Amino acid sequence: MTRTARPTGRALQVAGAGAAVLLALSGCSSSDDSSSAASGSSASSSDELSGTVTVFAAASLKESFTALGEEFEKAHPGTKVTFSFGGSDSLAAGITGGAPADVFASASPKTMKIVTDAGDASGTPATFVRNQLEIATLPGNPDTISSLKDLTGPGLKVVLCDKEVPCGAAAQKALDARGLTLTPVSYEQDVKSALTKVELKEADAAVVYKTDVHAAGDKVEGVEFPESADAVNDYPIVQLKNTGNAAAAKAFIALVRSAQGQKVLTGAGFLKP
Amino acid sequence: MTETPDTAHGTRDARAPHRTPDARGHGPDGSGTGLDARLVVERGAFRLDVALTAAPGEVVALLGPNGAGKTTALRALAGLTPLSGGHLRLDGTALERMPPESRPVGVVFQDYLLFPHLTALDNVAFGPRCHGATKASAREQAADWLGRLGLADHAGAKPRRLSGGQAQRVALARALATRPRLLLLDEPLAALDARTRLEVRSQLRRHLADFEAVAVLVTHDPLDAMVLADRLVVVEDGRIVQEGAPSDVARRPRTDYIAQLVGLNLYRGEADGHTVRLDDGPSLTTAEALSGPVFVAFPPSAVTLHRDRPAGTSARNLWHCEIAGLETHGDQIRADLRGELRLAADLTTVAAAELDLRPGAEVWATVKATQTHAYPV
Amino acid sequence: MTELDVGAATGPPKGGPRRVRTRGGPGVPLPLLLPALIGLAFLIVPLVALLVRAPWRSMPELLTSAEVWQALRLSLVCATAATAVSLVIGVPLAWLLARVEFPGRGLVRALVTLPLVLPPVVGGVALLMALGRNGIIGKSLDDWFGITLPFTTTGVVIAEAFVAMPFLVISVEGTLRAADPRFEEAAATLGASRFTAFRRVTLPLIAPGIAAGAVLAWARALGEFGATITFAGNFPGRTQTMPLAVYLALQSDPEAAIALSLVLLAVSIAVLAGLRDRWMTAG
Repeated sequence: MTRTARPTGRALQVAGAGAAVLLALSGCSSSDDSSSAASGSSASSSDELSGTVTVFAAASLKESFTALGEEFEKAHPGTKVTFSFGGSDSLAAGITGGAPADVFASASPKTMKIVTDAGDASGTPATFVRNQLEIATLPGNPDTISSLKDLTGPGLKVVLCDKEVPCGAAAQKALDARGLTLTPVSYEQDVKSALTKVELKEADAAVVYKTDVHAAGDKVEGVEFPESADAVNDYPIVQLKNTGNAAAAKAFIALVRSAQGQKVLTGAGFLKP
Repeated sequence: MTETPDTAHGTRDARAPHRTPDARGHGPDGSGTGLDARLVVERGAFRLDVALTAAPGEVVALLGPNGAGKTTALRALAGLTPLSGGHLRLDGTALERMPPESRPVGVVFQDYLLFPHLTALDNVAFGPRCHGATKASAREQAADWLGRLGLADHAGAKPRRLSGGQAQRVALARALATRPRLLLLDEPLAALDARTRLEVRSQLRRHLADFEAVAVLVTHDPLDAMVLADRLVVVEDGRIVQEGAPSDVARRPRTDYIAQLVGLNLYRGEADGHTVRLDDGPSLTTAEALSGPVFVAFPPSAVTLHRDRPAGTSARNLWHCEIAGLETHGDQIRADLRGELRLAADLTTVAAAELDLRPGAEVWATVKATQTHAYPV
Repeated sequence: MTELDVGAATGPPKGGPRRVRTRGGPGVPLPLLLPALIGLAFLIVPLVALLVRAPWRSMPELLTSAEVWQALRLSLVCATAATAVSLVIGVPLAWLLARVEFPGRGLVRALVTLPLVLPPVVGGVALLMALGRNGIIGKSLDDWFGITLPFTTTGVVIAEAFVAMPFLVISVEGTLRAADPRFEEAAATLGASRFTAFRRVTLPLIAPGIAAGAVLAWARALGEFGATITFAGNFPGRTQTMPLAVYLALQSDPEAAIALSLVLLAVSIAVLAGLRDRWMTAG
C-alpha cells in the first residue's frame, strides 16, 4: 500500500506551494549579488547602461526628478528609472529597514544622516540643490497673507509638515527665529500632502517649498517671506550601498549634478547648491 | 378563581371574575353581535373563499386537510394576511382595513411563539402593556390570568423551562389577557405529545367554554374538533364543503376526506326505495328508503370478509373484491379492498390469519343493510 | 493539549491521507493540519515578535509620556463615539434591509457594504469630497453654519464611523434575517405597533448580534488610519489617534513606536477577552 509515500508527498506539496508563494512575494526586486562590486567604471558610455534604477527622493523633488528620469531613459535606452517619493524621514526609515533602492535624495542633511549612520550609503553624500520655503495660499490670496506672522491670525486654517519632515523642521526653525507660535490644524507627512490640502481648499495656507508652489501652478498662490532665507534646506544625494545597478545609479546622480540637471532643477524653483 | 362547570354556552353572565370592560369597551357579558365574515384570499393559483359566522360564546372549528386554506383563513381573521375580497365584521365593526395591532383579536399560535427573553408573567403582561396599562397593573392582570390557568407557580419561568402543556396555557393566557372579541387558535394541540394532548384538550375545553366571545380554532385532528367545537366547518381546497354540529358531520360526511377522517366508507349514488345504485357501479341495499341523489356510509367494522362466496346469506350487499393492502389499525387489521367496490374493512388479527389474507388475495365482502346509513345529498 | 503522534503506525485507515493521532477522537488529516499550523504561526508570530523586541527597560519612561496617553485617550473616545453613531443609524438601516421589501434593495445592500472593500484612503478622499470645506455638503455646512469637519475630532469620528458602520450593519442584518419574524407577528396580534414590536421583541432577540457587530465596529474604528489621516489630518490631542502616532513614531523613534503598538495590542486583547463568550455565541 502506498500508505507512506502518497500522504507525505501531499504534505510536501502543500509546504512547497506555501514556500513558493512566500518566495514569490519577497522576490520582487531584491538585489542580486551578480552586479554588486564589479561595475565601478564611470557611466559615461551611454550604450553600456541598462536595467532599472530605483530612486528614493523627497516629495518636493517629484516633478523635477520625474523629468530627469525621462531624460535619463532617453539618453540611455534600455534603462528604466523608478521613483518612490515621500517624506524624507519615512524614506530614510525605509532604507535603513532594508527597502531596495539605488539612490537616495533627501530634503535635509539630518534625514540623510539617518542613512549614512546606518551604513547604508556608498560614498559621501553631495548637496545638489537647495530649497527655500514659501507660503502657499488659496488662489487670489483671499486672506491677504503677506508674512509669516499673518499665518498666526485667528480662524486661519494652516497646515504644516510634521517636525520630523525636513520641510516641517525648516518651518519650525523659521517660526522660532521670529519668536512666533503657530498652531496648525494638521501636521502632514510630507510636503505634497500639505500642499494638496490647500489645493483642495481644505486649508487656507501651508508652509511648503518654493518648488511646490511653482509646481502647483495656479492652483495656489505663493507668498514669499524673508524668514525663509534663514531656513534653507540643503538637499544631499547619495548612492546606496545595497544597489543592484551601481553603474546606472552613478550615472543618474551624475545627471542630477550636471549642468543639464541643474537647469531642470533651477527651472522648478530650486536654488543652486 | 375556581374552574367553572362545563355548561352549554348559554349561561355566562355571572361567571366572569373581572367586571372591568375590556380594551374595546365591550361589557363582560359578551355583548356584541359576534363574527360575520366572508374571507376571500387569493395567493397565486390558490383562492380561499369561505363565509364564517359565529355568535359570541361559540367555538367554531375549521377542519380540513393540509393546504385547504384553514391557516390562511385564520391569518386573514387576525389581519396577518390581507383580504383580497369579502368582508370581516366583528361585533358590528368592520375590521378589513385594520392592521392586526388594532383588531380585538387574540391568537394562540401553533408553536406558541412565547417571547423567549421574557418570563411567563411578562409574556402575558405584554398585551395589556401594549394597550396602555402600567407595568405594575399589567403584571397584576397577568398574574391573575396565570392563576386562573393554574400556572401561578411558573410565572417567573422563562419559556424554555416550561413543558409543552404549560407553554400552551401561557400562550392562551397571553392571548386572553387582551380581552379579545375573537380568539383564534392555530392547531392548539399539535405540538404536544399524545398523553399531554389528552389532558390539555379537556382543560382547553373548559377554558373555551368559559370564553364569552367568539373562538375559532383550526385543526386537522377530528378529535380536537369533536371535543372542543360547538360547530364544525370543513374546508377543502379553499371552499367550505360541509358545516354543522360535529356529531352531524361525523354521522353524515359529504366528502371522502371527512369520511376518511371519521373512519367511514362513503359513496354517492342514486336511491330508489331501499336500493341505491352507486356512481361506482354496483348496487347497495340500505335500511332507509329514499329517492334521488344520496350518500351512503358504513364503518369498516361493519364489513365481513369471506374466503369463498357465502351461500344463503342474509346480507344483500355482497361484493367480490381483491385485497389491495393491509395495515395495522390500533389492535386490528385494516384491509383496503378493490374490485367490484372499493372499501375498507376492519378485522381482528385472528380473523385475518384464519382467512389467510395477503395482498392480491380474493375475498367476498358483505355488509348488513341495517348497518348502512343513507342520507340525501 | 493534544498529542501529535505523526509517525505512529497504529493502523491508519486504508487509503486516504495519513491521519495524525490525537488524544481521544479521530485523527487530523495532515493536509489540513499543516496549513492550519502555518496559518496559526502567520498570525501569532508577529505578535510574539512585538513582545520579544519590545524595549522593556525603557518601557516605563516611554509609556508615561503625555503624547502616548493623549493619543490613547483620543483613540478610545473616538472609537467609542464612532461605534455609538454606527449603532444609532446602523441598526435601523439593518432593519430596513432585512425586513422591508423595496425596489433596489440588493443594490442598496451592496452600496452599504462598499466601505468594507474600499481602501481606507479612498474612503478618506470620498469624505473630503462630500464633507470637506469645499465638499458637496460640507460647503453648505461651512457657509450656513460655519461648521467644518476636516481637522477636527468630529472628523475623526466621522471617518471611523464610515469605515466601521458596514461591519455593524452586516452583522445585525444577518441576525435579523435569522430571527423568526413570526415573533413580530405575535406581538402585533397582542396590540404592539411595528415600532413597539421592534423595541420590545426584536431588539432583545437580536441583542447578541448587535453586540458582536458593535465589537467588530469598535475594533475597526480603533485601528483606522488611512481615512482618518486623509480626512481629519494629524494634530496631537485633536486628531492624532494611536495608529497615526505609531506611524509617526516609527520614523523618528522606533522604540516609542513599539511601545505604542504594545499599548494598542494590550487594549485590543482586553476588549476581545472581555467579550469573548458573547463574541463566540453571537449571530
